[in-house]
Parts: sequence; C-alpha cells; structure tokens
Amino acid sequence: MSDLKSQTALDRSDSRVRHDEGISGAIRGFVDRVRSGDLGMLPVIVGLVLIATVFWSLNPVFLAPNNLANLLFDAAAVGCISLGIVCVLILGEIDLSVGSMSGLASAILGVIWVQMGLPVPLAILVALAAGAFMGLVYATLLNRFGMPSFVSTLAGLLAMLGLQLYLLGSTGSINLPYASFMVRFGQIHVMPAWFSYLLAIAPGALMLWLGIDRMRRRTAVNLSNPGGMSVLLAKSGILTVLLLVAVHYLNGGRGIPWMFGLFVALVVAMNYALTRTQWGRAMFAVGGNREAARRSGIDVRRIRMSAFMLCSTLAALGGMLAASRLASSSQQAGTGDVNLNAIAAAVIGGTSLFGGRGSAWSALLGVIVIQAISNGLTLLNLSSSLRYMITGGVLAIAVIVDSLARQSRASHGRA
Amino acid sequence: MDDGHSASQPILRLRGVSKQFGAVKALEDIELDIHPGEVVALVGDNGAGKSTLVKVLAGVHQPTGGTIEFMGQPVAMDSPGKAIELGIATVFQDLALCENLDVVANLFLGQELSPWALDEVQMEVQAWTLLRELSARIPSVREPIASLSGGQRQTVAIARSLLTDPRIIMLDEPTAALGVAQTAEVLNLIERVRDRGLGVILISHNMEDVRAVADRIVVLRLGRNNGVFTAADSNSDLIAAITGATENAVSRRQARKLEDVGEPT
Repeated sequence: MSDLKSQTALDRSDSRVRHDEGISGAIRGFVDRVRSGDLGMLPVIVGLVLIATVFWSLNPVFLAPNNLANLLFDAAAVGCISLGIVCVLILGEIDLSVGSMSGLASAILGVIWVQMGLPVPLAILVALAAGAFMGLVYATLLNRFGMPSFVSTLAGLLAMLGLQLYLLGSTGSINLPYASFMVRFGQIHVMPAWFSYLLAIAPGALMLWLGIDRMRRRTAVNLSNPGGMSVLLAKSGILTVLLLVAVHYLNGGRGIPWMFGLFVALVVAMNYALTRTQWGRAMFAVGGNREAARRSGIDVRRIRMSAFMLCSTLAALGGMLAASRLASSSQQAGTGDVNLNAIAAAVIGGTSLFGGRGSAWSALLGVIVIQAISNGLTLLNLSSSLRYMITGGVLAIAVIVDSLARQSRASHGRA
Repeated sequence: MDDGHSASQPILRLRGVSKQFGAVKALEDIELDIHPGEVVALVGDNGAGKSTLVKVLAGVHQPTGGTIEFMGQPVAMDSPGKAIELGIATVFQDLALCENLDVVANLFLGQELSPWALDEVQMEVQAWTLLRELSARIPSVREPIASLSGGQRQTVAIARSLLTDPRIIMLDEPTAALGVAQTAEVLNLIERVRDRGLGVILISHNMEDVRAVADRIVVLRLGRNNGVFTAADSNSDLIAAITGATENAVSRRQARKLEDVGEPT
C-alpha cells in the first residue's frame, strides 16, 4: 500500500484534476488558458505579426535589417520607462509623470555634463537620484496622506515639466558632444556579431539547463513533471531557432545595438526580481489584495515605496538614453506621447491596469509594438497628427482586450 | 491534559482590554486567558465585539486600554507582523487570500523560503505535506485561489496559519461556509491542533460546533465579558448569556461559579 502511494506523485493524487502530459498536453493546456481569458503574451504576438505584415506590404523597407536596428535603438529608451511602469501597474497604481521625469533627467544630464563641465558619471548619478527622490515623494504622499497616485503624479508631471524648462531656460536646448561615449552608445555602438550569436543561444541553453535541474529536484521529492523532457526540448529549441534567425537577419545590417542589450538585461533582471524573489511575490500580493498582504506581515508601505522609486529611476534612465539617442537635451524631451507610449507599451504587453497581473516581458514586447507602429507610420510619411490618433486607438484596443480578458477570467475562476 | 490547564501558565492573558471607535465602546474591560492545549470558544451576538477582539489580538487594531501578556510578558502588538512574530496566527472570516496567486504562494506569503531565490520545489512539497496532514482536498496547488471553492479556501487559510508554527491560532467563523463533511474535518483539525499543545480561539455562531470542541465557552455581550461556560452547561443558559434575555442574579451567579472552577488562581 505504501509502495503504491509513493509511486503516485504528491501532486497527482487527486483524480479530479486532468493532467496534461507531453507536447499535446501542453498545447491543450495553453488553449484552455487562452479560452478562459488568461491571454498572456498572445495578443501582443498576434498584433506584432499583423503590424509587420501591414507595414511591410505598404513599404518593404519596414522589415529591412537597418530599419529594424533603428527601431531597436528607439525602443530602448521608452522601454526602460515602460519597465518602471510595469512595477507600479502591478500594484494597481499609476505614474503619469514618467515622461516629465525622463525629460527632467535629460535636462539634468545636459546641464551638469555640458554646461557645468562636470564628469558624465556624476551627471548620470544626479539624474538617477532625482528619479529615486521623486518616487519617494509619490510613495510618501500615498502612504502618509492617502493621495491617489493618479493625482500626485499628475501634479508631479507639471512640476517637473516646469523644472525642466527652468533648467534649460536660457538656451532652450543643450547639444551633447557627438564624439562622446554617451552619444555613440545611443546612436552607433552595436554588438560584435559573435557576441550577439552567443547571446541568442544563451536563453535557450539556460532554459534547458534550469528546466533539467528543476525536473531533477522535483523528481527527487516525488513531484510530477508536467510536460516533461519533450516540452522542455521543444520550447528551448524553438526559442533558440527564432533568436538565431532574428540575430542573423539583424547582423545582415548594422547589427544589434548595445543600448537595446542594456534594456533587455534590465528586463531579465526585473523578471527575476518579480518572479523569483520575496519582493516580487509581495508586489503581486499587494496588487491582488492589499489587506491580505498586510495581514500576512508584508510591509505594504515599503513595497509601494520600492515600486515608485524603481519606476521614477527607470524613467530617469530612459530619459538619459533618449537624450543620448538624440544627442541633445531639449525642452521637447519627454513631452508629447512619451508618457502614453510607455504606459501603452506595458498594457499592450499584457500588464493589467487593475493590478496584480503583469510581467517584465510585457515592457519588452509592448514597446516593440509601439515603436513598430510609430516607425511604420513615419516610413509612410504620415504626419504626427495621424500617428497620435493611431497610437491612441491601439492603446484603447489594448485596454479593451485587458478588460474583456479580466471579465472572462473572473467567470472562469482564474482571478 | 486535564491538570495541564490549571498548572500551566497561560500563553495569553488579557486584563481590562478595551477598544473605542470614536464614541462607540466596542470592547470594555475584557478578561481572557488562553492555556496551551485548550480550545476556547468566543461566542456572542452580532456586535458583541468578537471580531474587534480578534483584530486586537491579531495586531490589526490597537487596544485603547488594558494589558496583553504573552507568555507572562506584557506585549504591544502594533502590527499584524508583530502578532505573527509572537506566535499568534489568525484565520480571518474574510480569509484574506490573494486570488491572483496560487495556493503555494498564498500559503507562504510573507514567509517564503530563501527570499532571494524562491525555492518553489521545496515550498510545493511542504504545501502538499501540510495539506495532506490536514487531509485537505485541494486538487492542485498551482491553481490560482480564484478557482477554489469556499471550503477549499478555508482549508488553505487554516493551513497557512499553521505554517508559522504558532502558539495560538484564532479562527473567525471557520465553519460558516462549509458543508457537513468539511465542517467535521475542520473540527477534527481543531482537535489535532489542540493536541499539539497549541491554544485555539474559536469564534463561531454555531453552538453545535462550539460544544463539540470547546473546553471553555467565553460569552461576550455588548463588548463585555458575560460569563464562562463549558459544553456541559445547558443550551438555554448559554443562549441567555449571549442574548441577555435572562440577565439576572441567578445566571450571573452560575457564571461566576463556573469561572471559579475553570480558573483557580
């Protein structure tokens, strides 16, 4: 009897649960999840394919390797800002001032570095510190005075825009030196081909290695391995092939920008923090049910503070990346659609506006969608008026999809 | 077991605890002792102050007066984290689970294994082991709480409170949403917890459940102590103390007599 029992895995003893085994099981599980409203990355991937097809048919240059490299350069700055937005959205909060924050950071960079002639690292540190400070202010306003982040960040948007104009006041814009590392990093530097291929293989290899390790440990303690080896091999294989093809295609042109590499590294780090640390668990708990999180001993105030500080600091970093991309700190930096693009990217990527759901990857995928639309419309010589309208429409669609998926999840008992 | 109550020092001792919300006195002069290996039922009508008392003991509300002693030491429980740290675990009536997280994440919330690289495998094994000890019927620990039934959520909430290895566990209406078999399971579970030497505080409206497991039944009425009973006492006495229908010298005397027997000093 005890022999029989030990043969059934711990998590397989309840006969009511259907267990999806192997590749067919994995596919069946995926279809089930999507039908119940757990869309994950599906809408964004469908959207990307659609966008690429439309723009490519209108202007084949869209998919040229050099244009895609440009797209990646552009994506890094807004992507960083969007990554911070993901953090506050997971808590069910919002930061509307990330655009102004990025503009202010670029102004600080220009003033300290170019106007005052102080070393670049100092300028970068001051700008990042300004970001962290603003996040601290928002979190304090929320924690101490219960001021909704929607309002406090709206106030911050105006205040920081004013400070940015004040800093740049006399000249209106500051040009950053073209020969400097900052500007070359934002405009020219790409990875060596061999390194990019190495990076393309790494995720698949890592997935395989971690997956095998996990299977080994689960088997050791008598837990089942859903999917098993076949699914793991298929997933890592498909991922590696896709990445290799993409990298090879991009290396046919200018190559892969280091700046984009930095952004992806930040996404990977954020993904680890959100999914594999106690802090990340607490973030989702606070976003899902604040009272429950508080009662289980989580310091809700500190979690909020960390999220807002991360968000503003990443916005400052994004602003400096944008400045190095444009080789200037101007009064226009961070204004216009930067704010909404960053928020839209996070939502399009699958992070819920209602809190408790999201992932670092949504910043990466979402920003590629946003930049692809913006880049494609620019290639078609459409005016920015039309570009704004179309981006607005895409954001509306993304929020509708999010809202519908949420209702469907609720009716299927998936929160 | 029997002489354990009187000989041992109480884990928790409340003296003159009161709590005021504005003009409303929710609790006044509450006295309560919890010994190891004892189930104390807290009963009372709506608005008797049961939930307020639970929240005071869980660190959610701070008392406006009186002292709380834990293991003989006076303590100030100024946050839920502090209460958990001391060893007072609470299962609230609204369960306080995160619907967007799975069972494992909810069980270990705030006390995850290896905070910088979550040990999901170990947490899952411990979750299964614990749920099996409680003979709980949870189909999968990797499903979000949103997909579980009311009884299953109750089980998860109780299991979670046991993970911290507490000295006292408080259950606020644990059987209110449960079916017949599940209620019996929860009552078994309460007895198993008591036999481990924990103090159990059980808040319930269901007199049948209370009588089945409680060693002492403490009645609250309008925020005050209104007598201590045992399962042997007649139902009408108990109901009278709860509703205050026959609040007279006889019932007060009887209650006092029982209190003296239950807690010799």
